[in-house]
Amino acid sequence: MIHSLFLINSSGDIFLEKHWKSVVSRSVCDYFFEAQERATEAENVPPVIPTPHHYLLSVYRHKIFFVAVIQTEVPPLFVIEFLHRVVDTFQDYFGVCSEPVIKDNVVVVYEVLEEMLDNGFPLATESNILKELIKPPTILRTVVNTITGSTNVGDQLPTGQLSVVPWRRTGVKYTNNEAYFDVIEEIDAIIDKSGSTVTAEIQGVIDACVKLTGMPDLTLSFMNPRLLDDVSFHPCVRFKRWESERILSFIPPDGNFRLLSYHVSAQNLVAIPVYVKHSISFRDSSSLGRFEITVGPKQTMGKAIEGVTVASQMPRGVLNMSLTPSQGTHTFDPVTKMLSWDVGKINPQKLPSLKGTMSLQAGASKPDENPTINLQFKIQQLAISGLKVNRLDMYGEKYKPFKGIKYMTKAGRFQVRT
Amino acid sequence: MSSNSFAYNEQSAGGEATELGQEATSTISPSGAFGLFSSDLKKNEDLKQMLESNKDSAKLDAMKRIVGMIAKGKNASELFPAVVKNVASKNIEIKKLVYVYLVRYAEEQQDLALLSISTFQRALKDPNQLIRASALRVLSSIRVPIIVPIMMLAIKEASADLSPYVRKNAAHAIQKLYSLDPDQKEMLIEVIEKLLKDKSTLVAGSVVMAFEEVCPDRIDLIHKNYRKLCNLLVDVEEWGQVVIIHMLTRYARTQFVSPWKEGDGLEDNEKNFYESDDEQKEKADKRKAYAMDPDHRLLIRNTKPLLQSRNAAVVMAVAQLYWHIAPKSETGVISKSLVRLLRSNREVQYIVLQNIATMSIQRKGMFEPYLKSFYVRSTDPTMIKTLKLEILTNLANEANISTLLREFQTYVKSQDKQFAAATIQTIGRCATNISEVTDTCLNGLVCLLSNRDEIVVAESVVVIKKLLQMQPAQHGEIIKHMAKLLDSITVPVARASILWLIGENCERVPKIAPDVLRKTAKSFTSEDDLVKLQILNLGAKLYLTNSKQTKLLTQYILNLGKYDQNYDIRDRTRFIRQLIVPNEKSGALSKYAKKIFLAQKPAPLLESPFKDRDHFQLGTLSHTLNTKATGYLELSNWPEVAPDPSVRNVEVIELAKEWTPAGKAKKENSVKKFYSESEEEEDSSDSSSDSESGSGSESGELGESGEERDSSEDSSEDSSSGQDSESESESGVQSKRAAKKNSKPKGKSGCEDGEKENEKSKTSESSNAESSSIEESSSDSESESDSESEAESRRVAKVSTPVFVPMKSHVLLHRMSGKGLAASYYFPRQPCIFGDKMVSVQITLNNTTDQKIENIHIGEKKLPMGMQMHVFNPVDSLEPEGSITVSMGIDFCDSTQTASFQLCTKDDCFSVSIQPPVGELLLPVAMSEKDFKKEQGMLTGMNETSAIIVAAPQNFTPSVILQKVVNVANVGAVPSGQDNIQRFAAKTVHSGSLMLVTVELKEGSTAQLIINTEKTVIGSVLLRELKPVLSQG
Repeated sequence: MIHSLFLINSSGDIFLEKHWKSVVSRSVCDYFFEAQERATEAENVPPVIPTPHHYLLSVYRHKIFFVAVIQTEVPPLFVIEFLHRVVDTFQDYFGVCSEPVIKDNVVVVYEVLEEMLDNGFPLATESNILKELIKPPTILRTVVNTITGSTNVGDQLPTGQLSVVPWRRTGVKYTNNEAYFDVIEEIDAIIDKSGSTVTAEIQGVIDACVKLTGMPDLTLSFMNPRLLDDVSFHPCVRFKRWESERILSFIPPDGNFRLLSYHVSAQNLVAIPVYVKHSISFRDSSSLGRFEITVGPKQTMGKAIEGVTVASQMPRGVLNMSLTPSQGTHTFDPVTKMLSWDVGKINPQKLPSLKGTMSLQAGASKPDENPTINLQFKIQQLAISGLKVNRLDMYGEKYKPFKGIKYMTKAGRFQVRT
Repeated sequence: MSSNSFAYNEQSAGGEATELGQEATSTISPSGAFGLFSSDLKKNEDLKQMLESNKDSAKLDAMKRIVGMIAKGKNASELFPAVVKNVASKNIEIKKLVYVYLVRYAEEQQDLALLSISTFQRALKDPNQLIRASALRVLSSIRVPIIVPIMMLAIKEASADLSPYVRKNAAHAIQKLYSLDPDQKEMLIEVIEKLLKDKSTLVAGSVVMAFEEVCPDRIDLIHKNYRKLCNLLVDVEEWGQVVIIHMLTRYARTQFVSPWKEGDGLEDNEKNFYESDDEQKEKADKRKAYAMDPDHRLLIRNTKPLLQSRNAAVVMAVAQLYWHIAPKSETGVISKSLVRLLRSNREVQYIVLQNIATMSIQRKGMFEPYLKSFYVRSTDPTMIKTLKLEILTNLANEANISTLLREFQTYVKSQDKQFAAATIQTIGRCATNISEVTDTCLNGLVCLLSNRDEIVVAESVVVIKKLLQMQPAQHGEIIKHMAKLLDSITVPVARASILWLIGENCERVPKIAPDVLRKTAKSFTSEDDLVKLQILNLGAKLYLTNSKQTKLLTQYILNLGKYDQNYDIRDRTRFIRQLIVPNEKSGALSKYAKKIFLAQKPAPLLESPFKDRDHFQLGTLSHTLNTKATGYLELSNWPEVAPDPSVRNVEVIELAKEWTPAGKAKKENSVKKFYSESEEEEDSSDSSSDSESGSGSESGELGESGEERDSSEDSSEDSSSGQDSESESESGVQSKRAAKKNSKPKGKSGCEDGEKENEKSKTSESSNAESSSIEESSSDSESESDSESEAESRRVAKVSTPVFVPMKSHVLLHRMSGKGLAASYYFPRQPCIFGDKMVSVQITLNNTTDQKIENIHIGEKKLPMGMQMHVFNPVDSLEPEGSITVSMGIDFCDSTQTASFQLCTKDDCFSVSIQPPVGELLLPVAMSEKDFKKEQGMLTGMNETSAIIVAAPQNFTPSVILQKVVNVANVGAVPSGQDNIQRFAAKTVHSGSLMLVTVELKEGSTAQLIINTEKTVIGSVLLRELKPVLSQG
């Protein structure tokens, strides 16, 4: 399966390599660099690159290419999913996954990678288990280790590895027992010129942070479970129970995890909470264009819209923009032609707007398409699909846990065509 | 921990001497040596010194820096001798880092690497499973050919290790050894075969991986494990799931017949998908033309929940399994899950979209409802955009084309011109596929000809050319328009296309064509090669149709072509000249020049680039690359006739089926179950399918009445508590029992329980089942009785299979007193075939004389009141040294009174008697813990007898108690939620009264034995018999 792994930064340096079988020379990455050059943008580098003797499968995250080298047929998603899991694990261990952090923690990274794969086949990918095998570095622990000479490496097989609940470690103890659930919904939408919805769907996740002692068995029920069109679960969720009763029943992993992701289909009508009024015009003859956008609330169920940002990739012909926002700050990068406007909170009484002119390259013809506007926003205390958690119960342990549920709606890939 | 330090002490004892020696010499050099200006060589010197110091912290520092060097790809091989010394370090982190180093460099320094082997060999015997496992991992990873025999030995030992984690590592080591020395294949296959039988979910994925790598063609190894793998699948870790599903897909394609036939009652199957009674359906359907093999169905059903996995690779694996082996009508379920994956990272999207593209060519319907999910966003990377376009094109039909075209209009305007060009091609394909919109598309494309962007125009020209070629109708206007474009457009492909188009239609545009030729003749020398060729063609065509106007022009062009730099063009020129210009040398062909040049050309087919990908298995690397990757395993075609399905049956079941009165194999099995946790035989399809059918028939009644709901509530409660005990319990036996407990309430509530429990209970149930024939009869009674009301539940007490059949036989007639005829009897513990109330007795007759004994029969019977007896058929003759077993049934009326009768031969009569042990007057009963408690509550006071027993603690382990109890009495174990209480249930054979036995462990190696029954006499006798047995050592 996975032969080797190379980590390549955006400037094309291989800053980490790890081999699980015979060493593969790093010159194999030359094929990758070739493809990278051809693709011009990092995003366009094909995830699968064949070379005469190997195949290079890569993922691109946090400005780092994780390139896996394989030699024989293997489901590509297997490798890709694994690489993403590696990135997630690094993020989990170090808080951020970036080149300096990986370089600083190269020993832990190596130890973790060693445990995650054996002979190219995943061995332990569950973060709860990994953390028992190799403890994540913290300042306190580093200090303690230097004094006492103890290590970050566990010497016992994590019990979870052998049990029926491999995702949970045993012997968890907390003084405050808490379970928090965040219901986060993202709206993916394409709005056309006239303001009507081309496509809109809701993708939701329930992220949990569970800090409970012992082996709690939780059940979570919804007021309106039928809303969920398609779901995928953390392995801890009992599928049959969901199938028959639409109740989530599970023994949670310890700490942060994604319990469930779901999809509310495009067939349901999706309430679009914001609208964008725009008038962007280029004139053929003049070297000036007019630009004006206004953002306003729509179907927000009385909740405030916060954290609004507007981003738009302007056509190449735009040289500069002189704009005045009614609120927030805006920037225009003349090199990448990226306009971004950090609006903040929308005040329904006084709608935020951004007005001004664009200076266009003299003599260049008018661009045939107006730029697309990408919108980001957040609405607290609201799940736009109307999903509501009914109750959360705990069995199997005696104490009373503190429970909390938070709702949030965000823009996912929210685009307005102009 | 303690075991650990023990191991380390042992190791350090050896190393002490050297360490002492080093102490004198080694001094840690001051940090100045790390300075910027020191050379690499010096640095390594310094590392060596640190490694040789006697301080762990210095060593650790050094190892960390060395690992840093390895990670950066710097060569650290010269430190090998210094590092390898530390392989036996006490500090676990140093040890691990040394392992990392060894695995990296051992291949290069084989001789030195051998120094470390003994350490690993010692660690392989360590009591700590993590250390055993990691020793095996490193030992098998160091790739030194000399140690192949050692590795082989280690793998063999590890594959029998008690810890599944170590066995998992053994499975990994198999692949490593195989790549190191393929000659070991045969031996490794043996290990694989053994590990495939392993029923730990931890091992399953890894061993299947090893199987795929070492011997993917040995499909015969899978047969016996097929059902087990299917049932375990849900609980295997996600990476293992992917590998197993891919393997099972290949397996299914070789073992089952194609379900893709017309009229195979697909509707029915679909409807029953969620109910589990399709097995029954299947049986009924068997008479029809096609019936799906139950094993085939098992695979499809058991993989379905995995579509909900969070792991994209698992979802994709299930999707391809459905695509390749499920009936076409059931494939629809995968589309929703695949569309869900599109929310994921771009790499995942890329692979999934590719697979959807292939699928959508063959079955549009599957993804049509999700059309909008494939709409392109301006932020998508180009490769994703083009794939989405591809799918949109595949999905386009009369109904949605207008929406799609509107969407395409936006795409055409995109700033990403590469994408815009791809959209134009897409429009062209839609236009040819859907005749209704051809004209609309053509008009739209013509509009695009006035676009400002050259790439867009060029692409439009190419597409229009193709479209016009397909539609030989009059399109003079468009051609004229395009001819005008020739002045402005510079993209060679587009120019070439226009020229070709004009040449092809030169008779329709007689005025324009010669003018175009004139213009291009002027610019000939500066044109691209592609365009030059088309100018030559145009000239030739015009020469043939309109030679008056163009003769000179053509000759001019031909002259230019003759001296062109490109040999291709020179060639073409020569060819055309010979063909069209008549001269004395020109052959017969020139007569046909017109036909050759102006022949009707077949229109190009605008096809999807994914058209030919479907011969690769979906979800594979080969499919993504559209070339065969190394190690790609071809998916075979369905066999015409299914190979023998019975190969998947597991032996035990077959033995039991023969109804032999407890053959030897059977006994071995039952004994094995008590002592071995892992090596147990698995799985009986019959029993599992039967229990399914039971539950299925009831789920039909679900929701009919209030009491039904009650029962379902109960069961869900049960199941949750069952889960607890499962997760907490350490021993396999207990968790199995807990699972079994779940299985019964599940029967009542249909599919209420958690999926996982369901799977588990199924496997455990089937592994517990001993004799399928009994199971069958019992589950029949189950489904009948369940349709009756709950009030009758006491009668309903279901007879289950005997947990254990003791082979102890009793002497009926000694050969001395029987004049050479010896007879013995034993109780097979099967329900009697002669009557409900009878106990079956097997009598074995032996002839120890040297003559035949003839006419053995039963003579006069002296039975107590009410007792009845069904005699065996007279035996005509028994050869000398011969022996024969006959069965009879006796109704003992639930008493231990003796049944006396005469055993007669031709000449003699012998009085014999059978006194039944009280334990044989019972039949085991399966019930849940809850039912047990309820029944027990009704049988208190007079009906309860109890005793305290004292015995050594080792006799109070659950398995020992279980074995002792079932040895004495034919009772069934009741799954228990508590470790310290064991319950057994049975009913008396004659009256069917319940007999409940409870063994409760108390502190201080005592236990309380309680028996509750209406039949107090038997109860107390049983108590008396059990008491000494349990207290024995």
